[in-house]
Amino acid sequence: MATITLNAVKKTYGKTEVIHGVDLDVADGELIVIVGPSGCGKSTLLRMVAGLETITAGEISIAGRKVNDLEPHERDIAMVFQNYALYPHMSVRKNLAYGLKIAKIPTDEINRRVAKAAKMLQLDDYLDRKPRQLSGGQRQRVAMGRAIVREPAAFLFDEPLSNLDAKLRVQMRMEIKALQRELGVTSLYVTHDQVEAMTMADRVVVMNAGIAEQIGPPLEVYRNPASLFVAGFIGSPPMNFINPALLSDIAPAEAETLGIRPEHCALTTAEAGRLSGTVAFCEALGADTLVHVRMADGSLLIVRSDGDPIETGEAVGVSLETPEILGFDSDGRAIRS
Amino acid sequence: MENRVTFNNRWLPFLLIAPQLLVTLVFFFWPAGQAVWQSMYLPDPFGLSSEYVGAENFWFLFEDPYYRASFATTAIFSSLVTLSSMSVALFLAVMADRVIKGSGAYRTLLIWPYAVAPAIAGVLWLFMFNPSIGVATYWLKVLGYDWNHVLNGTEAMGLVVAAASWKQISYNFLFFLAGLQAIPKSVIEAAAIDGASFAKRFWTIVFPLLSPTTFFLLVVNIVYAFFETFAVIHTITAGGPRQDTTILVYKVFADGFVGQDLGSSAAQSVVLLFIVGLLTIVQFKFIERRVHY
Ligand SMILES: Nc1ncnc2c1ncn2[C@@H]1O[C@H](COP(=O)(O)OP(=O)(O)O)[C@@H](O)[C@H]1O
Ligand SMILES: [Mg+2]
Repeated sequence: MATITLNAVKKTYGKTEVIHGVDLDVADGELIVIVGPSGCGKSTLLRMVAGLETITAGEISIAGRKVNDLEPHERDIAMVFQNYALYPHMSVRKNLAYGLKIAKIPTDEINRRVAKAAKMLQLDDYLDRKPRQLSGGQRQRVAMGRAIVREPAAFLFDEPLSNLDAKLRVQMRMEIKALQRELGVTSLYVTHDQVEAMTMADRVVVMNAGIAEQIGPPLEVYRNPASLFVAGFIGSPPMNFINPALLSDIAPAEAETLGIRPEHCALTTAEAGRLSGTVAFCEALGADTLVHVRMADGSLLIVRSDGDPIETGEAVGVSLETPEILGFDSDGRAIRS
Repeated sequence: MENRVTFNNRWLPFLLIAPQLLVTLVFFFWPAGQAVWQSMYLPDPFGLSSEYVGAENFWFLFEDPYYRASFATTAIFSSLVTLSSMSVALFLAVMADRVIKGSGAYRTLLIWPYAVAPAIAGVLWLFMFNPSIGVATYWLKVLGYDWNHVLNGTEAMGLVVAAASWKQISYNFLFFLAGLQAIPKSVIEAAAIDGASFAKRFWTIVFPLLSPTTFFLLVVNIVYAFFETFAVIHTITAGGPRQDTTILVYKVFADGFVGQDLGSSAAQSVVLLFIVGLLTIVQFKFIERRVHY
């Protein structure tokens, strides 16, 4: 069992710094999801933990042991890749056993572990197939299995679900989460999908341009985003941003931008609301409807409404749950009240 | 939806393939036909008339110890050329695949030998190893080795193998490098995380995944060693000393054009034709089912 510690970790390629000093403490058995837009440095960070990229500055420890100068296989980690990275010429069984054979583990122990993992992942019937004879979901499971049989101190996942279709993705993220709980293995999970982050993580790390903007439990991050970036990235539909001039009576003095989630807005008659505008368009999701309202200043505000879609062009008022309004200063930092 | 070009004039397609067809007929089928025809005739010593002898040229050929020796020479020569040019090329490709800085220049330099004409490549090696004035010979002498491939058959064989392989390395290198770069990087990384050393990764992951390329090159290199090394042999050893570097193709030339034994020479051509046919079938069979892992 293991903890992972990142201390002021930096990475530069040539002269460009892509990771600008990340600190992170992962508790034993915790599932940390690193989330952020494409190109923000998630993979680079994960690969530094794995030992596939050198660490330019800072220190990474796994289970209390500094690993900066250790080879990947000496770090006692297992990694699941986006494209699964299965050995195409080997059967599922051989894929699972490969690492164990190299570690010179006795054959009966290898067989026992492979059988156990195959059972856990419902791969028993496919052990003699080659990867190309498997579906995407099954390949994903083999990649998981290859990580599990090693019984490592930590799992590292790099967007493991992004090659699957939407439905399978929902199913697999629950399976991975359940598996991780059951095995209790410390895990770092990288994704660009904020829904994956919200649903799977014990704590999320929201990354932006090589910086960890916020680290915390998903709901905490959702309710109290530390910055404009986090507020806009976490949540779907994203948080509404409003010019404080429109709400000058309640806006904090130093606020440059105000934010409110669509579920904290409601539609009223044109006269009654705090804000008013015309309906630009509606997205009916079934259970509720996202009403996009065009404000007087031309910006759009999304209201999550439980009513039916409304005619485009209709004049509406929007009422706000004022305690839920967040203020952000000129640097995009949240203003704590 | 059918995606094909349709011609309104039914003669136009024939007109368009006519030049290629003509070239094939005149330069391939006609000489091949001539060879088959001649292989069944025996010309008189003055070349004025020829007599039909059926398969006699062939029987004579297979009983000729020199011809059998030439078969053995060819087997040794082509195995050595194929083995050395492929293994050196694979080694260089694996190294080039790891190079990040300056890889462009490195690769370009490795490809150059392929642009050298076979006869010129032969002459280059001949000069380097010339028993009296060669640079390499001089250095070998300094090291205490007396090189003379004009007298020593083994040395002659070594020299033609080196010259022939040297040219082919570039070609093999290109294919191996392309093959290596087609292997997903993450597969190699997964193996590294699984604890496989560089050598272990090479033998258990990289080499098996390269096997389609390796097999393709194997056939190409055997064909090369059999049929396209004439110029190298001709410039360096002219088949000698004695018959030590007379491979089958060279013997066709030596017997037919130098020895003027046209019947036997034609029969030898037919044997070679047969070998090419076999190799081509092997290659096509393989291309049909390329992915075999
Ligand atoms: N080998 C490399 N050389 C130079 N720049 C790189 C290299 N790998 C990644 N980068 C850069 O580092 C940044 C972060 O990349 P990456 O970690 O892959 O992002 P993410 O996984 O979050 O999409 C990107 O701007 C990318 O262009
Ligand atoms: Mg990535």
